[in-house]
Amino acid sequence: MKSTSRRDFLKIMGFTGAACLAGAGPLCAATGREGDENTAIGMLYDATKCVGCKACMSACKRANFDQNNLSYEHLATDDDKLWDAPKDLSGDTRTIIKLYKESDTRFSYVKHSCMHCTKPACVSACPVKAMTKDPVTGVVSYNKNICIGCRYCQVACPYNIPRFQWSKAIPQMVKCDFCKETNLKTNGLPACSETCPVGAITFGRRKDLLDEAHRRIAKTPDLYVHKVYGEKEAGGANHLYLAAFPFEKLGLPVLPEESPAALSEHIQHTIYKGFIAPVALYSVLCAVAMKNKKDQEKLGHGEEE
Amino acid sequence: MGHHDEYQVQRGKILTKPFFILLALVLIGFGLIAYRFIAGVGAVTGLSDGYPWGIWIAYDVATGTAFACGGYALALMIYIMNRWKYHPLIRSALLTSVFGYCLAGFSVMVDLGRYWNAYSFFLPTRWQPNSIMFEVALCVMTYSMVLIIEFLPAILYTLEHTKWRWLWDAALRFSPRLLAGDGALPAGLTSVNKVAGTVQVRLNKVLIFFIVLGITLPSMHQSSLGSMMIIAGEKLHPLWQTGFLPLLFLINCIFIGYATVMFESIVSSYSFKRAYEVHEISGIAKIVPIVAGLWMAVRFGDLIWRGQIPAIFAFDRNSFFFLLEVVLIGGGAFMLLFRKNRLSPRMLFVSGAILMLGGGLFRFNVYLIGFDPGAGWSYFPSVAEFMITVGIIALEILGYLVFVKIFPVMPNPKKHFADEVEDEAGVPVGDMLPGRVFVGK
Repeated sequence: MKSTSRRDFLKIMGFTGAACLAGAGPLCAATGREGDENTAIGMLYDATKCVGCKACMSACKRANFDQNNLSYEHLATDDDKLWDAPKDLSGDTRTIIKLYKESDTRFSYVKHSCMHCTKPACVSACPVKAMTKDPVTGVVSYNKNICIGCRYCQVACPYNIPRFQWSKAIPQMVKCDFCKETNLKTNGLPACSETCPVGAITFGRRKDLLDEAHRRIAKTPDLYVHKVYGEKEAGGANHLYLAAFPFEKLGLPVLPEESPAALSEHIQHTIYKGFIAPVALYSVLCAVAMKNKKDQEKLGHGEEE
Repeated sequence: MGHHDEYQVQRGKILTKPFFILLALVLIGFGLIAYRFIAGVGAVTGLSDGYPWGIWIAYDVATGTAFACGGYALALMIYIMNRWKYHPLIRSALLTSVFGYCLAGFSVMVDLGRYWNAYSFFLPTRWQPNSIMFEVALCVMTYSMVLIIEFLPAILYTLEHTKWRWLWDAALRFSPRLLAGDGALPAGLTSVNKVAGTVQVRLNKVLIFFIVLGITLPSMHQSSLGSMMIIAGEKLHPLWQTGFLPLLFLINCIFIGYATVMFESIVSSYSFKRAYEVHEISGIAKIVPIVAGLWMAVRFGDLIWRGQIPAIFAFDRNSFFFLLEVVLIGGGAFMLLFRKNRLSPRMLFVSGAILMLGGGLFRFNVYLIGFDPGAGWSYFPSVAEFMITVGIIALEILGYLVFVKIFPVMPNPKKHFADEVEDEAGVPVGDMLPGRVFVGK
């Protein structure tokens, strides 16, 4: 599928001679699935193992502090100024542990961070390539040096993951990139999974993680909801979840299997394929308008404009 | 040199009471904009990570550019549908469009978090053509330029006919340093008249290509403004989330464009005490129900096809705003089905305003009201955020008021209305001055 549409695209580009539109190149790269199934890396978070110690949160902030201009966040009720307790993901927090309470005795922790989608809406939305997906590892990362701060990625992301530094005069977006430039580079693991004391965060190839997740469900079916969240959601994600409670209760939205980016790009590419339609529209309108104008001038009216 | 007397400069004082009221609003708005650049976007807005876009995008860009589609909708009628009798109205519509689009672009710069990187749009290596915003941004920037070019004949005409002697004498009186010279008019100033005249002749020859570009570009970006929200997926309520959003936005901006022309024509005739251009705008008004009807057909066809009819009658917040949107658009268009209404300046004004409200509400619904990022998020514009938008709107109106008094923008009534002996109801159209509002009888 991917190669056919790419060939079609190039053919049309050749025919119309519109290949000079330098920017049209990446159009074809995005029509298929991005990231290789076999090389994509990911993370499996098992909510049943998590003890809510939040060591991952502080490890994340320590590892990515400088790179992202992150700050420690004091809670409004933090009178003694001793707590770093962010309320949610924010312009200072790339991952967070929350607690779902079903009753006093039944509860579950849940970790939120970037899902590293297979077909990320943020990458598709970003007008200037500040959000990119690594074609090999599948890591979705952010480059503040070209970001214009339009926040379209926030509108697009079905998980509300990218966050903006609202109170800074020189702000940026903040989201997890699997410690691509920090801990992953130095220690071979994202800081959160390296730090987790109970093995709730497994890092590895997505394929292996998915197998492992299904193995865990098969082994102790009573423990888990029989579903791996992130396997198919919005086109699939490289961040996978196992949990004992329905995922929507843990703040993970119920999503269709198609990525919103795929639909949006499909419509846009149908309209603008090879830039034929706009050029044709312009030509036809030009012909009509010039004929009308000439007829009008013959009648001796308005030649101006 | 064509028909310069087709348009005229609106005679009158520039420094009027409305001018100063608007100026005050502009200054408040721009003071707050300055504060936004010091303290960050969060300090002046009610925006959050759940609602990253507020009224600056939903009104200033998504709705404001639709209100600025008068130039587009009218050019479509004149040059493509060959209705030249509307030609006298084009300049005032174009002027509204110039301000609408340029200020939409400006408000985007206020909204952008990392505005200093906006030059990325001029670097092809950074283009990301999968992004609908990329397409919208380039299109809107280009169209703003095209609009300025389309409006240029009015500016060149004024430059050509300016009496510099008078201005120079005034300048001498203000500046003693200039007085130290011999008081003679610099040669450069007189040659401006000549150059402006020459440029005008040359521009006239190629203007049609810009005009057609000015029809193509809005067709592209107005539909793409609809496509923008498709990627919001599940976050946008099913009453609005559809693959037909680009088509709906395109049709929507056309009837809003005509409604704005009607509205603006009546309001400026009223405030400048000119004859109402009822004869022209009643013709435009006749088209509106057709376009709005087409929009309704697509809208309801899509809802039926997607099985969303029950959502209309859920009588929750979303269904309320949907019904309001449909009632306003349907009601405004319905009024214009009757010839009596189409010949009454009052009814043209009312229906134009209703259609603008309804059409604008559709865009608000798509960008804000129907947008729900999930539990825990809410948005309402802060006072500062609201005042910035008010300041930008005030600047649009202020610019319009000043421009029509300097440049030949308004239709020349002697040229266009006096020879229309009577309208169909038997009333001399040239007599339809404000105060003598009623025409139908």
